[in-house]
Amino acid sequence: MDIKNSKENILNTAEKLRWEVGEDFHDNVMETIYTDAARIADIVVIKDNKKAFHLDRFIDRLVTSKWTGFPIMFLLLALVFWLTVIGANYPSGLLANIFVDFLYPVIRQYAVSFGTPLWITGLLIDGGYLALAWVVSVMLPPMAIFFPMFTILEDFGYLPRVSFNMDSLYRKVGAHGKQALTMSMGFGCNAAGVIAARVIDSPREKLIAIITNNFSLCNGRWPTQILIATIFVGTLVPAEYSGLLSASAVIFVALLGIGLSLLVSLFLSRTMLKGEPSAFSLELPPYRPPKILQTLYTSLVDRTLFVLWRAMVFAFPAGMVIWLVSNINVGNNTVAEIFIDWADPFGLFIGLNGVILLAYIIAIPANEIVIPTILMLTIMVTGIHNVGEGSGVLFELSDVNETANILKAGGWTALTGINLMLFSLMHNPCSTTIYTIYKETKSLKWTLVSTILPIAMGLTVCFFIAQIWRLLE
Amino acid sequence: MADDKCTSCPAFNRKSLKKLGINLDNTDFVVALAGNPNTGKSTVFNSLTGLRQHTGNWPGKTVARAEGAFSLNEKKYKIVDLPGTYSLLSASTDEEIARNFILFGQPDVTIVVVDATRLERNLNLTIQILEITDKAILCVNLMDEARRNKIDIDSRSLSRELGIPVILASARQGEGIPELLQSVEDVVTGRFLCNPFRLKNISSELNYAVEKLEKMLIAEFPGMPNARWVALRLLEGDQQIIDSIKNGEISSVIKQQIIPEPKVEN
Repeated sequence: MDIKNSKENILNTAEKLRWEVGEDFHDNVMETIYTDAARIADIVVIKDNKKAFHLDRFIDRLVTSKWTGFPIMFLLLALVFWLTVIGANYPSGLLANIFVDFLYPVIRQYAVSFGTPLWITGLLIDGGYLALAWVVSVMLPPMAIFFPMFTILEDFGYLPRVSFNMDSLYRKVGAHGKQALTMSMGFGCNAAGVIAARVIDSPREKLIAIITNNFSLCNGRWPTQILIATIFVGTLVPAEYSGLLSASAVIFVALLGIGLSLLVSLFLSRTMLKGEPSAFSLELPPYRPPKILQTLYTSLVDRTLFVLWRAMVFAFPAGMVIWLVSNINVGNNTVAEIFIDWADPFGLFIGLNGVILLAYIIAIPANEIVIPTILMLTIMVTGIHNVGEGSGVLFELSDVNETANILKAGGWTALTGINLMLFSLMHNPCSTTIYTIYKETKSLKWTLVSTILPIAMGLTVCFFIAQIWRLLE
Repeated sequence: MADDKCTSCPAFNRKSLKKLGINLDNTDFVVALAGNPNTGKSTVFNSLTGLRQHTGNWPGKTVARAEGAFSLNEKKYKIVDLPGTYSLLSASTDEEIARNFILFGQPDVTIVVVDATRLERNLNLTIQILEITDKAILCVNLMDEARRNKIDIDSRSLSRELGIPVILASARQGEGIPELLQSVEDVVTGRFLCNPFRLKNISSELNYAVEKLEKMLIAEFPGMPNARWVALRLLEGDQQIIDSIKNGEISSVIKQQIIPEPKVEN
């Protein structure tokens, strides 16, 4: 074989030839490709141009118009949430009946009949099992409704239009237009939203999308919002308007979240993540009639069960922790009581209370156990009896009035309620999301930023609201 | 071959198709799925493997490549769903994944999925893919949508122009999948010999340069299957290709692919 035919020789020849073929060689090739493609397409595509009315374009003009684009978006968003909220109520109650009211005593009695020590039944059944049962009954129904509806919109082709509408807003704050997509995914589950940020190529913009995803109110936080809005906001007006007002309050918090995600994106792109937004081309795909059954199946199996499984994995140990802190005594008081006494002054100062702070620490694994943890701790502190299952046991009060009474006995005011709603929007992401952020960014620094930034914002906002509230009172 | 009528009917294949999900052991052939974003690659992938790779109507869902398997007439096929790309000539991550796989992964056949309603734009990518691989099938997907928009595709002429099998399909309805399977089998077994379209209108100097480099490459790396495309990239100064020649990565890929390749000839 010719010795000259070495690798170097090839590269040198290439170098030399490159000069000979000229600089516009790339353009030449591209042009040739385009010419050939056009020629072939001309031969094989048989078009009937007589079609007068293009439904696709008509819809597009409506949903991406300057005037109707945003209202349609908000209406669709509101419709999806409203259906989720209304539809989830009944199956949630049913599941709670099965897992909490029926199965829980059965399992417990069964374990006791074998002479299982009290601390084991307490830890595993009163703690772990009940937390799990709660998460399943509260989380499964809304997810099983929200995800399919979202997937149908996605299948239909609506998401790229949302992205198109939001693009100019996100570009103005130095972020990527596709962040609108990850933001909408976040309304289902922040961990899913963080994973979805993979669609953004630029590392800078991907980080912005990941850090701000937490401001999309996730499924686990909707129950908190709705319950608290019903108890503390709805009661501010006569009964006939209370439903409307509490629903508007929830939508307001969700929209505030979108606003905050824009604001924080702006902040990040001016400080820690400086840079220009990168251009991207987004093809608006044709609308396709969604395949309803297939969509139902895939969104149930791939999204709902997947997310639920992760929540369950974290809920069991969290339930055990709740049981432990309310059953282990140091001196005369339980660990929970000691912490609450210690945290109460600070909590009350910022318009929350010690119970809420402890609940948010215990409920790091899953936002959906915040409310039951709060109720359980409140009962323990106020010493209300005849409700719930006993100390350290998670329970659900199906009657809103009963819940209201307990919270009011715990010293809650409208300020506590409003601040809790805001704090629920602005606090650290759940541990599943934190872990996902770490996996996606592979950076401790950005994981910490994503965790601490919202909590700092939440505490600050609650502080100011509390001060203003007290001034007005 | 008269007694072969039954087994050569596409409907027969549907019956002998076994969806193997992610069971990727001992596969006989490798099939790549390439194409523009949002043309239904993942839908085709799902209907062949029985997997449920996430599909949705927006470009860019498939962020990494997904792999699955199916078996057909006692042969096992590994199928790789590549991220959608608009071209193979720029340097974004997804284009690199797609390009490197078709180039170095040496699939036995590449199915190019295109959108029937946007054929011209999609053909740009198809032509680029045909520059780097010999064995390809064009799957003109979303025919249902095209028909709705009163667009029809002359698949015979298209097949003649491109020199590869052309299947009209609407994967969401399962339409065209048996025919696609038939083509896959035809191409991997050599029953259909692809004679892929190559750019003709390039200047004579360029042609001379490409051919010269191509010969040198084949001399240095015997058996390099897409030397012409590598030559083009070298002319353009593609750093990735230059590096893989410098450190010999290209040759290791070729050897690895050539030696254990089961010879299927009939």
